[in-house]
Amino acid sequence: MSATGTRVTAPQMVMSVPTTARQMRGVRRGAAAWPPSLVLGALLLVLLSGAAITAGTITAGSPFKAAGTPLRSPSAAHWLGTDDLGRDMLTRVVYGGRVSLLVGVMVAVTSAVVGTAVGASAGFFGGATDDVLMRITETVQAMPRFFLAIIVAALFGNRVWVIGLLLGLTFWPPTARLLRAQILSLREREFVLAARTIGASEPRILWRHVLPHALPIVLVSAALQVGSAMLVEAGLSFLGLGDQSAVSWGAMLNAAQMFVRTAWWMSLFPGLAITMAVLGANLSADGLQDMLDPRRAVRRSVTVTQTRSKT
Amino acid sequence: MAAYIARRLVQAAGVVLAVVTLVFALIHLAPGDPIYALAGESGNAAYYAEMRAHFGLDRPLPEQFLIYVSDVLRGDFGRSYVQKQPVMQVILARVPATALLLFTALTLASALGIFVGVEAGRRPGSLVDIGIRIGTLLAFCAPAFWMGQLLLLLFGARLGWFPIQGMVTARGGYHGFAYVLDVARHLVLPAVTLGLLQIALIARLTRAGVRESLAEDYVRTAGAKGLGAGAVIYRHALPNALLPVVTVVGGHVGSFITGAVLTEIVFAWPGLGRLLYDATLSRDYPLLMAMFELATVFVVVANLVTDLIYAALDPRVRYR
Repeated sequence: MSATGTRVTAPQMVMSVPTTARQMRGVRRGAAAWPPSLVLGALLLVLLSGAAITAGTITAGSPFKAAGTPLRSPSAAHWLGTDDLGRDMLTRVVYGGRVSLLVGVMVAVTSAVVGTAVGASAGFFGGATDDVLMRITETVQAMPRFFLAIIVAALFGNRVWVIGLLLGLTFWPPTARLLRAQILSLREREFVLAARTIGASEPRILWRHVLPHALPIVLVSAALQVGSAMLVEAGLSFLGLGDQSAVSWGAMLNAAQMFVRTAWWMSLFPGLAITMAVLGANLSADGLQDMLDPRRAVRRSVTVTQTRSKT
Repeated sequence: MAAYIARRLVQAAGVVLAVVTLVFALIHLAPGDPIYALAGESGNAAYYAEMRAHFGLDRPLPEQFLIYVSDVLRGDFGRSYVQKQPVMQVILARVPATALLLFTALTLASALGIFVGVEAGRRPGSLVDIGIRIGTLLAFCAPAFWMGQLLLLLFGARLGWFPIQGMVTARGGYHGFAYVLDVARHLVLPAVTLGLLQIALIARLTRAGVRESLAEDYVRTAGAKGLGAGAVIYRHALPNALLPVVTVVGGHVGSFITGAVLTEIVFAWPGLGRLLYDATLSRDYPLLMAMFELATVFVVVANLVTDLIYAALDPRVRYR
């Protein structure tokens, strides 16, 4: 009840203040279902993943076979030019999205699952469990994951799923810590006490009563990892440690490095594609955060109001 | 304070030990004979026999682990198979070039990031502010090594303002001040490339901090007693705004050295990144594992130093 109470009163408090268009926008964002950053971010992701998934039908040739003269600049025949082996750059950029997006999805899922398991157990059970799990979390967070990924890729092979899984196993600490903090406060609420009073078991309370409230945090935190995971994968492929059997944007930039003075298109377009994908992921995560936590959007507009009235 | 530092040192040692254990586990979990991971993949039978004896691969696993840990703790990471030298020696030879790059980039990023952040934060909602916010957002999303390629393309290849490869002009034969100048010219593009992400990070945090502290009473007081806008911001609002910057930048040391590695490859900078690249190509496992372990030590120490600086800057922080 108290939770719903704040949600109702907070926007009203703001409603009495806003006067400028900017402040009104903040208020509307608090109520609206789709924040603009989420719309733009989702649009970018849908566009890129749609192209990557349907790559076989929307592009004519194979990304591995020569389609024209090597190192030709963009033209009507090859919109993004051709690379050093005469392969069509557009085809390769479209196919290249598969690796980045697959790694992004794998990292989001793996880090959400591991982060939830660790964070929820630590926060809910407390005591020694909490201590041990948090020490592990801090250790994983302190590891330079790029260097770890290099060793694992070198020792265990560089299939896309190995890299995706490995990155997922290193990206969960922020999710675990956020979730733990959230659960620490949730487990003291009345509804937990009520559930305990009617005889619900501890695991059941955690699973049915506490976790559903913390779910938005997990979602947002997992989404926030996707962008940086894509960048790490691009870095690995740029080092030549990506999956050699697939086209990836990082590997294309590696190939471009030798021709950077003569063939700017080999460098420009794959990099632009990575930037758009990461931007899409980050904007979506940010918008998701606003949408799932309307209080954050409201708090934002309140700070804007206070800052403005005081300065 | 002493108790806090002691506790953090124990914690840091724990992280390093965990990483060494992890590397040991990876060596033994990897497909194939662990000797390849410990001594490189292209030795002859006599070399492998010697290395097998050195790492005690015929002894029980716990004993092998103790041998490995004691070797690492003494700074003995084995020999780089490719370079035929102790790994530690190979790495130390490359440290100065990377340190120069990191230091320059961080200095540049701090100065520019703070300036840009203040300019955005003192006039929220203005065109300058919006431009800076979009620019920093893009800098977060673009891979640093790609930005490096673009800078190289534009300022190196097209405009010819800066050299595009290496740290010194080959066969330039510069000495004294001319040598310093030559290195400085080579340093510009890599340092800017590496600094871009940090500039964006520092600018965003400074902007938020300045906006917040401009609303504080003590800033209004400073304005009311007749200080100019610049003095109000730089002497009164900024110091408090910078506190979170210290923590967050310190927490990004890991991504900073990753950026350095990738930047060095773009510009053929003769530092650790180049070494790492060559080591991955030749599967020089002892070198790779040593770099991972040393990078961990670096990150852990940097995090510790960050927390101590934070405590020194903010008298309200009391560590127990």
